[in-house]
Amino acid sequence: MAELTYRDAVAHAIAQEMERDDRVVFLGEDVGKAGGVFKATVGLHEKFGPKRVRDTPISEQAILGAAMGAAMTGLRPIAEIMFSDFLAVCWDFVANEFPKLRYMTAGQLSCPLVVRTGNGAGSRFGAQHSQSVENWAMMIPGLKVVAPSSPRDVVGLFAAAVRDPDPVIFFEHKSLYAAKGEVPDGEIVDTLGTAKVVRSGQDATILALALMVSRAIAAAEMLAARHGIDAEVIDVRSLVPLDTQTILGSVARTGRLFTVEENPRLCGWGAEIASIVADEAFFDLDGPVVRITTPHIPLPAADNLEDLALPTVDRIVERVLRAMT
Amino acid sequence: MSARKGTAAQVMPEAVLANDDIGLATRLKLYRMQVEMRDFEKRAYDLFLQNLVKGTSHLSLGQEAIAAGFGAAMRKDDKSFCTYRGHAHTLARGVPPESVLGELMQRDNGLMRGKGGSMHLTSVEHGVLGSYAIIGAHLCIANGSAWRAQYLGEDDVSVCFFGDGTTNIGAFHEALNFAAVWSLPVIFVCENNLYMEYTPIADVTPVEHPAADRASAYGLPSIVIDGNDADIVYRTARAALDKARAGSGPSLIECKTYRHSGHSRADPAKYRPEGELERWLERDPVKIYRARLLEFGVSEDEIARIEQESRRLVNAATEACKAAPPPPAELLTTDVYADGVWSWRN
Repeated sequence: MAELTYRDAVAHAIAQEMERDDRVVFLGEDVGKAGGVFKATVGLHEKFGPKRVRDTPISEQAILGAAMGAAMTGLRPIAEIMFSDFLAVCWDFVANEFPKLRYMTAGQLSCPLVVRTGNGAGSRFGAQHSQSVENWAMMIPGLKVVAPSSPRDVVGLFAAAVRDPDPVIFFEHKSLYAAKGEVPDGEIVDTLGTAKVVRSGQDATILALALMVSRAIAAAEMLAARHGIDAEVIDVRSLVPLDTQTILGSVARTGRLFTVEENPRLCGWGAEIASIVADEAFFDLDGPVVRITTPHIPLPAADNLEDLALPTVDRIVERVLRAMT
Repeated sequence: MSARKGTAAQVMPEAVLANDDIGLATRLKLYRMQVEMRDFEKRAYDLFLQNLVKGTSHLSLGQEAIAAGFGAAMRKDDKSFCTYRGHAHTLARGVPPESVLGELMQRDNGLMRGKGGSMHLTSVEHGVLGSYAIIGAHLCIANGSAWRAQYLGEDDVSVCFFGDGTTNIGAFHEALNFAAVWSLPVIFVCENNLYMEYTPIADVTPVEHPAADRASAYGLPSIVIDGNDADIVYRTARAALDKARAGSGPSLIECKTYRHSGHSRADPAKYRPEGELERWLERDPVKIYRARLLEFGVSEDEIARIEQESRRLVNAATEACKAAPPPPAELLTTDVYADGVWSWRN
C-alpha cells in the first residue's frame, strides 16, 4: 500500500495500462516532455518514449480525431484535453463522432478510447478554466462518463475506462490533484457504473461527485456530531453508467435524498437522479429531493466569489438541516 | 501532376496517350467503375423522385474520375474516409451496389441496416471506414488511422476525401499540421467542384486553389490536378500512396472537378451561371474516358458490354432493394454501447 497524490495516481494509472497493453498510446498538449501542466503525467515520456507518449500541437480537434481514428482501427488511445472547458473546442468529436460511431455503422466500428480532462473549480482560474462539465457529456447517448474522487479510484476507474469498449470521458478534478490517499499495490481494476457508499448512515442520503465527496463527508460528520442526523454519503463515481441500484437502495433506507453538485443548477446530473428517484422510489421519500449546486452563473475568478459559488460544508449542513428539522 | 499555384492541369490527350504506363486491364477497370458510379447515382436520383430513396442524397455525378482513380490505385487494406457525398467512393472500394442502395433506401439489406443512412456509408470489410456528415472531422480521424499504421509498422495508407468547402473549417488546418508534423501515411484529397454547397467557393475563399494553395503552409507540395481525367487521378494517387507507404509522409491533392447536379436532393442548382454546366459536360469524365478507350483500340462492342453489365448490376440491385424489408424494430436500441443494449443505468 502506497500513499499517492491524486496527480501521481493518474500517472500511475496510465503507466499500469501502458505496461499491460502495447496498444495503449497517449497523446495531448504538453503531456510528454513537460509532464503535463498539472504534473499528472510526469515520468511517462521517459518511461515509454515519444512513440507512445506524444506531445501534440494545440489542436484539440486533431487530438480527439487522431484518438478516434486510432481507436477504431485497433489501438487503445488515451487523449488529454488539458482543461475540460476546452472540450467545447472539439465538441463535434465528443458529441457527434465518438458516441455515434457504433450506432451509425450498425456495430461495424467501435471507439474504445479515453479522454482525460482537468475538470472543476477551486483554482481561481475564472469562468473558462474552472467549469465542471460532466453534465455536457452525460446527456449524449454512447458516451460513458467517470469522475473519481480519490487516488485509489483514479487508478481503478481509469483501468476500467481504458479497457472499456466504449468511449469514456474521464473527468479529473483539478483541485484534487494534490490530495493524498492510499493506493493498494498491484493491479486495481474497478467496474464502471458502481457507486461507493463512503459513509454509512440511516437518516439521509447525500450523493456527491469528485471534489464534493470530501465536503459531503465532512458535512455528514458535522450533522452527526452536532445535530444527531446520521447521513449516508455515496460517491457516485460514474454518471454513465449510473448505479441507480445503490442510490435507490440507500434512499429506500433513509427516505431522504440530497445531491451535491459542482455545476450550474440548470440540468445538472442531480436533476436526473432526482427525477429517477421521483419516478421509481417516490413512496420511499419522506420529503422533496434537495439539490445543492452552484447558482446558474459562469464561475468568477476572485477567491471569495468562487468560494461563494461552490457548495461548501456549511452550505450542505444548512440545506440538510433546513429540509429535515 | 501540376504543382504550381494557378495552373490546374488541363486534359492533354497527347501526353496521356504518349505515356501508356497504366495498362489496358486497369483502364478497363477505371471505365467500368466510372460507368457503375454514374448508373448507380442516376438510379439513386430516380428512386429519390419515387420516394424510395429517403432522407437526403448528395450525388457526385461528374466527379467519378476521382473515386475511380483512387479506388483503382488503392490496396485492399488501405482505408478510405468519405464525406456525405460518398456513394462513389464506397462503390470504388468494391462494396456491392445493392448494399449501398439498400442503405440509401433504408432497408434491412443496407450496409448499416438503415441505421446510418446515405451520409454515413461504412464498410469495414472493404476498408471504407466511414462517411462523415459534418465536414472537417474526418481529416483528423483519418490521421488517427494513419497513426495506427505508423505505430504498428503496418504499411496501409489512409485516404481522406473532402470537398472544397471543408478547406475553410478549422479541422482542415489542424489535421494538415498534425499529419505533417507526425509524418503520417495519410492522403488528403480535395474534390474541388467549385461550389461550397450553394455558394461558389471563390466567393468565400481568397485563394484560387482552396486546398493546394494552403498546402505549403504545412510543408507539403501544392498539387492541383484535373479531377475529370481518371488516368491523371490514378497516376497521382499511385505516387502519393507510394510516398506514404515508404514512410515519406502525407500528401494533399486538389482535384478540379464539377458537380453536375445540385448540392443535395432539394437543390436545382439555379445559382450556376449560364453555360457553365454545358462547358463541364463537354469534359464529363465518363465521356472523356470512353473516347480514350476507343483511341486505345478498345472496340465499341467491348465498351458496350461494360455498359450493359453495369446497367444489369444496378437493375438487379434496385430490384433486390425494393424487395428488401425495412430494418426490424429491435435495431432501434442496439449498438449504442458495446454490450448491445441501450441502457446507461446499472
